[in-house]
Amino acid sequence: MIEFRDVTKRFPGGTTAVDGFDLVIPSHKTTVFVGSSGCGKTTLLRMINRMVEPTSGTVLIDDEDVASRPAVALRRSIGYVMQNSGLLPHFTVAENIGTVPRLNGGTRRAARARALELMEVVGLDRTMADRYPSQLSGGQQQRVGVARGLAADPNILLMDEPFGAVDPIVRAELQQELLRLQRELDKTVVFVTHDIDEAFLLGDQVVILAAGAKRLQVGSPSEIIEAPADEFVAAFIGTERGKRELRVKQTANGPVLVDAEGRTQGVLVEGGA
Amino acid sequence: MNLLSGAFDWLADPAQWTGPNALHVLLWQQLFYTLVPVAVAAAIAVPLGWAIGHTGRGRDAAVAVAGAARALPSFGLLVLLVLVFGVLHKPEAAVVTFVILAIPSLLAGAYAGFEAIDRRVVDAARAMGMTEWQILWRVEVPLGLPLLVGGLRSSVLQVVATVTIAAYVNLGGLGLPIITGLSLRRYEAVLGGAILVAVLALVLDALLALAQRAVEQRGVRAGRGEIVTARPETDSATATHPG
Repeated sequence: MIEFRDVTKRFPGGTTAVDGFDLVIPSHKTTVFVGSSGCGKTTLLRMINRMVEPTSGTVLIDDEDVASRPAVALRRSIGYVMQNSGLLPHFTVAENIGTVPRLNGGTRRAARARALELMEVVGLDRTMADRYPSQLSGGQQQRVGVARGLAADPNILLMDEPFGAVDPIVRAELQQELLRLQRELDKTVVFVTHDIDEAFLLGDQVVILAAGAKRLQVGSPSEIIEAPADEFVAAFIGTERGKRELRVKQTANGPVLVDAEGRTQGVLVEGGA
Repeated sequence: MNLLSGAFDWLADPAQWTGPNALHVLLWQQLFYTLVPVAVAAAIAVPLGWAIGHTGRGRDAAVAVAGAARALPSFGLLVLLVLVFGVLHKPEAAVVTFVILAIPSLLAGAYAGFEAIDRRVVDAARAMGMTEWQILWRVEVPLGLPLLVGGLRSSVLQVVATVTIAAYVNLGGLGLPIITGLSLRRYEAVLGGAILVAVLALVLDALLALAQRAVEQRGVRAGRGEIVTARPETDSATATHPG
């Protein structure tokens, strides 16, 4: 469990990125911070592994203040996946994935074995192990980034817009892959995105944020879609513009659901769950 | 035309290659007064440049100092330092002069090499849990090396050309035939000396160009579309990189 208690972050120069933020992030679930750029969501994420230190307030992991742990050791115990993967350009794929095991004192052989194992987990061919990041596609680089985040088998995985820079098809593929991984690995995932559809797809708990990391609504995707807290949330998630409206259409084979643009989205099953 | 062939005749004359001022002796002196100051300058400028590049602090001061050092007239400085140090310490005065000449390019190469690294790469290294020293040695130094060697290259070129003035204070080097030739109106000696300086400079530059290419990281080179041969999938292959 990760907990934010009255966390405030002021940057030198006067901007208040986060103002009195409280939140409990449950273990073994995916929590998504979603909001427009500059709303402080990345700052929140980076306070968990002390890449950003709060001006006041505390961030706790399993009831322990992160500030009481040495930053380097804390970061090695938490997986971090960033936009554009942040891979080290002079390390091969296997070396990139094995970075944290090596930092933790593992042998080269063990780190490589772990890297090859993880490449399989994230769906990368082993023959890519000795390539450099620049020789991979954007989607492959992101897979390497995810594998690297998982290498030390952390309980917590922080993901900062990890699929923001890949094309929509690859992005959908990576999202499905992450859902599969999460079913298998059961990590506490904290995910940052500005894409509300991505948030609803991946999140068990979705946190909608406005500037200054102000909490607009926190809840499961169903709770938010069924009862938006206010007009802003309704506009943000698109219920107002009719984007999420589905209508029942009778066909020869029974009723189906059609979206606002007339595309069939699914079959209506009466009395289903 | 006659001057040029005269210069080559002068160079080919066995008389120039014997005695205390034989050309190969002068060549070694030129090399000595190039490499020693550059080594001293590197020992000062590289750690300083890396500290500036890593922390991002002191950059403005470094630019100002380096700019001022570049503007110093080397010959004037040499004469001044010989006067200050005393005539018994001419070699030291010369070395200090050339150290000051070599520092700006090396300093700029060291911090520019770090500044050219994508900040997200350094950020990711830190977020993974690298200590500041690990970030320095495993990420910034290897990725910043090509620009540092570039700085080394330009400082060596500047110094090797300027060492010619050492002959004015009787320290020898390839400036000797140029300076004595000028006063004796023996222009083939002037040209011959100049040719040797130019050849030495070109050779050093070519060697450093090769070094610059050699230190460029394979992964970075691969990113520019060059073909990087795949390495065999063995554990010894990973040993080429610290990590």
